[in-house]
Amino acid sequence: MTVVLFFIFGGLTLGAALGVVLARNPVHSALFLVLTLVSVAVLFLLQDAQLVAAVQIIVYAGAIVVLFLFVIMLLGVDRPENFDEPLRFQRPVALGLGAVVLAEILFLAGHRWATGAKTAHGVGLTGGHFGSNIERVARVMFTDFLWPFQVTAVLLVIAVVGSVVLARRSGERPDPIPTEESAP
Amino acid sequence: MIGAFTITPSYYLVLAAVLFGIGAVGLLVRRNVLVMFMCVELMLNAVNLTFVAFAKALNDIAGQVLVFFTLVVAAAEVAVGLAIIVAIFRRRRAATADDLRTLEG
Repeated sequence: MTVVLFFIFGGLTLGAALGVVLARNPVHSALFLVLTLVSVAVLFLLQDAQLVAAVQIIVYAGAIVVLFLFVIMLLGVDRPENFDEPLRFQRPVALGLGAVVLAEILFLAGHRWATGAKTAHGVGLTGGHFGSNIERVARVMFTDFLWPFQVTAVLLVIAVVGSVVLARRSGERPDPIPTEESAP
Repeated sequence: MIGAFTITPSYYLVLAAVLFGIGAVGLLVRRNVLVMFMCVELMLNAVNLTFVAFAKALNDIAGQVLVFFTLVVAAAEVAVGLAIIVAIFRRRRAATADDLRTLEG
């Protein structure tokens, strides 16, 4: 059963990822991205990562893709894009570089270079007396990873402040583009 | 028929590597800035898949915890990046990387 599910959703992941890259319309790319993210969430479920799968669907497929679609609609760039390349050698060089990256990662994935080092508390996916998946994740996140957890809070605050500063209409120069939401 | 055939962590690692490669090529080939951001999301998802595969292989929940930090970085990157795109688009009506040749606003 898991074998069949892996091949179905693995193929769906790769096909939808190709759709993201190859779709001419940005809206279609965003919808293919949703398909990719949901397929990856199923792959997470197959590997006993229930909480990560749920967060993947809620945060990625829910929030981030909606943000993408919102910006696409706001900017009105939802028209097909022509694939003419202004730089002549850019595309073959890009494909070559992508092939090199893929070969490198496949080489690394084929070798058992990962060590078996455990985190300090050594909470496994199964076994022990730690309870459900959520409880295990919480136990490690709020003990071993408490400092990175605090740092992510700082990062989010910086991102929010930066977004507000960037998206704010500074009254230095009047906007030549007539828009509906041009508040003074 | 497929009773003896099991999915090892290497299958997930190879799948994640191919997903990362597709994202990297898309980032280099596409010209629409929004689609380039989506390709970055693909690459981040490939890394998340690798984290979860190693968490399963090494029987250590820390891999799944690290996925959350990747997720936070991805969310922050999307928020700031889309704000930059909106700010650029407000000045010049263009959303392709080739239109951003100069730094002056």
